[in-house]
Amino acid sequence: MEQSLQLALNSAPFLLKGAMYTIVLSLGGMFFGLLLGFGLALMRLSALRLLSWTSRIYVSFFRGTPLLVQLFMIYYGLPQLGIQLDPLPAALVGFSLNMAAYVCEILRAAISSIDKGQWEAAASIGMTRAQTLRRAILPQAARTALPPLGNSFISLVKDTALAATIQVPELFRQAQLITARTFEIFTMYLAAALIYWLLATALATLQNHLEARVNRHNHEP
Amino acid sequence: MIEVRALTKVFNGQTVLKGIDLDVATGEVVAIIGPSGSGKTTLLRCLNLLEEPDSGSIRVGDMFIDASKPLAKQKELIRSLRQRVGFVFQNFNLFPHRTALENIIEGPLVVKKEARATAVERARALLAKVGLAGKEDAYPRRLSGGQQQRVAIARALAMQPDVILFDEPTSALDPELVGEVLATIRGLAQENRTMIIVTHEMSFARDVANRVVFIDQGVIVEQGEAKALFANPREARTQQFLSKFSESNGVADYVI
Repeated sequence: MEQSLQLALNSAPFLLKGAMYTIVLSLGGMFFGLLLGFGLALMRLSALRLLSWTSRIYVSFFRGTPLLVQLFMIYYGLPQLGIQLDPLPAALVGFSLNMAAYVCEILRAAISSIDKGQWEAAASIGMTRAQTLRRAILPQAARTALPPLGNSFISLVKDTALAATIQVPELFRQAQLITARTFEIFTMYLAAALIYWLLATALATLQNHLEARVNRHNHEP
Repeated sequence: MIEVRALTKVFNGQTVLKGIDLDVATGEVVAIIGPSGSGKTTLLRCLNLLEEPDSGSIRVGDMFIDASKPLAKQKELIRSLRQRVGFVFQNFNLFPHRTALENIIEGPLVVKKEARATAVERARALLAKVGLAGKEDAYPRRLSGGQQQRVAIARALAMQPDVILFDEPTSALDPELVGEVLATIRGLAQENRTMIIVTHEMSFARDVANRVVFIDQGVIVEQGEAKALFANPREARTQQFLSKFSESNGVADYVI
């Protein structure tokens, strides 16, 4: 027991360094996933067939193929086409592209769920489509979108472990390296699991705060 | 003020408006009545292009929309028309995430780029005018249907429109809340505002409107001075329609 504790303490710096990569991958994936996913959702809702079908096909591909395969295509496959990415950027690209597909679906559903009377009310006072989205639709759609977005982000935090397979020294990879040296398999993976759990919990707490914020017009007098 | 010419609208192969001609003068209050599915709401929604007419034209003041040309190419014009033509919906359609005051200042602030202080000042005055002083910070879901509709009327007024269109403004209300909304609209009529009201409240139409337009199956069957039309409808279809209301005591039944 004491030995395990000592080991955990000794390996803490390595695990924490790995956790930093995990956090960078998660936040980066969320940020670029949101950005790209929002663009895809707007394309999907566009009246232009070309845009909406491009978005459909994108989402279908990235939701319909394993994230692991996508990461391998980007890190091991792209160099054959002359695009060489380091492990971290390759993982960031992979997670962002994948997350964008889920974000797109969530935002599309949330925007579509808003009553068309809201679009009409905004139109009736002369708002443009962009003003309507920004001022009337998105603030309401955010309420619907937050819980599934939170789910997807928490999944992303856990899926970043897949980056270990393309040489990113993130949390799971660090745990693997330490177990290879020390054979303290259970302790190390438990320690890694606890850190993932902590990160996911922090994210869930943030999600609850945001939900309370966007829902305030339902509670105040 | 408003000139509608040969307006047609087709829904799924069915012609809902069959060449409507309608003129409304400044300061006039026009009630549009007719059976369900007659096209009266579609006509009203076409007037500010919430519904896209298939052909014909609409002139409001100096703005002219030719419906036979693609409306996507007339977006700017349509937006400026909507700033001059207020619309009050059957289901209020207030923004649920904004307070009563925020709902009212939204258009002046975002569309007309008015200074916030000016917009807020007018919004407060409008809330008082519709009998809702003190409700500035209330979110729509905390208001009754009648109160929501009055906020919606204030929101339309805040744009200082030349015309206000009302689409069955009391149809979604509980009976005991109808009176307060009708009283508000009646107050606006007395200020000689130009208004077009689609309504099922026959006695209200008779008392408040200058002119009544009866629509059935996509055509204007009959129109005329309100009291005269209700007293002596000329067309058989109008007589038949109005008789249903006197039978079901719709005419003398509402109270303000």
